[in-house]
Amino acid sequence: MKHARIAWTGAVHEAVESNGELLLTHSPWAGKRLKFDEVVWLPPMAPVQQARTILALGLNYADHAKELAFKAPEEPLVFVKGEASLIGHKALTRRPQGVTHMHYECELAVVIGRTAKHVKKENAYDYVGGYTVANDYAIRDYLENWYRPNFRVKNRDTCTPIGPWLVDAKDIHDVYGSPMNLSLQTTVNGKVTQSGHTSDMIFDVPTLIEYFSAFMTLQPGDLILTGTPDGVVNCEVGDVIVTCIEGVGDLINTLGE
Amino acid sequence: MQNNLKPYWPIGTVYGALLNFKREWDLRAPQMSEAPHKGAPKAPVLFIKTANTFTASGDSIAIPANVPEVDVGANLAWVFGADARVVACVLVNDVSIPHESYYRPPVKFKCVDGFLGVSAKCKPVAEVQTDALVLTVKVNGHTVQSVSYADTVRASQKLFADISEFMTFQEGDVLLLGSDCLPDGKRPRAKVGDVVEISAPGFESLVNEFVGEAA
Repeated sequence: MKHARIAWTGAVHEAVESNGELLLTHSPWAGKRLKFDEVVWLPPMAPVQQARTILALGLNYADHAKELAFKAPEEPLVFVKGEASLIGHKALTRRPQGVTHMHYECELAVVIGRTAKHVKKENAYDYVGGYTVANDYAIRDYLENWYRPNFRVKNRDTCTPIGPWLVDAKDIHDVYGSPMNLSLQTTVNGKVTQSGHTSDMIFDVPTLIEYFSAFMTLQPGDLILTGTPDGVVNCEVGDVIVTCIEGVGDLINTLGE
Repeated sequence: MQNNLKPYWPIGTVYGALLNFKREWDLRAPQMSEAPHKGAPKAPVLFIKTANTFTASGDSIAIPANVPEVDVGANLAWVFGADARVVACVLVNDVSIPHESYYRPPVKFKCVDGFLGVSAKCKPVAEVQTDALVLTVKVNGHTVQSVSYADTVRASQKLFADISEFMTFQEGDVLLLGSDCLPDGKRPRAKVGDVVEISAPGFESLVNEFVGEAA
């Protein structure tokens, strides 16, 4: 099932995808059907009691590492993001005036489903609740070689669109075998600029869950953004960027100022 | 924002500032222009302490089996309320596995389970002179460090302003204002069996014992 969180008529609602529409699932509107363009889309994860942990991978596709002139890392290159950088589907992301290179990053996002500590690779999928699409924007003008990628590049308000759907892990595993078998694509104003495949990840999802859970306990709702493949290009104000992952969703974002 | 009878516990994202004391900055300055940094930092250098790191005062902090000692990072932290306004101050211990390089994000050194000691009590910000506060760090009752917030690279308001240029603090978020190093550039260390106390005038002390990792 594909889950969404939306705002509609003055309140936030839980919904699922049903025959190309949103079906509200909770009282007082349980059973109500809405068109996709009637609502405001929020990040699809249920709220958590304290700020969720958001881990994000850099250079996790060999071709992208090469594109950025790095050799592939020997262990995951990971940074942490604040929850306030998240924003929903069809949102406006702010491009600061005067920057020269702001690019999208289409990423498969893993949503943890149960408390994970010292998890072994072979059991890792048992701890995944679902998958969604993230667009982990970067503004290269602000890159500095201190705890790189630094927060001014990667932790900006509105710069991590996520959604539209939280897709149950089982659906992906049943149809595709695993999340390591999905094609990724980004379009800018309708033109394909980035194409890749999750099978090209350097550290796959089970490896990442084993690696992180060896020293940090992950909680339901925590996120792992698994990195982006080759093909990132500068985008300007007004550009419509659609980051797509097979079976997971098409996440639309527009740059504004 | 919080019930006074209940111990303070962070609910938002906990951010920390690296290299915010002049002593550490000056010690590292000669190498800042070299690879891999190729220049002194311009924006504040930040990190996040994830929720799995939070440890209440009085509880023990486990040191991973393969780690002989950890760094003690005594910090005064700001707690934010609505509209990104600082409302309170709290003492925290930003524990780290010692690491020399500040090139890549320090997740495996700083986001280990239990690695942020958090005092049980906040103090209203109006009662604290942030940029004059002095913290005392004791290990097993012996004073090992005195941290004066008069010695920062960015005073608290300047740090806050420079971070707010690109991100907005949410209600419940926390900002660690920095931890100083000792004259040799290292931080005080703790090993299994040590009791670390961080105190400041008018604040409830933060005390944590360091223990071995459970098998």
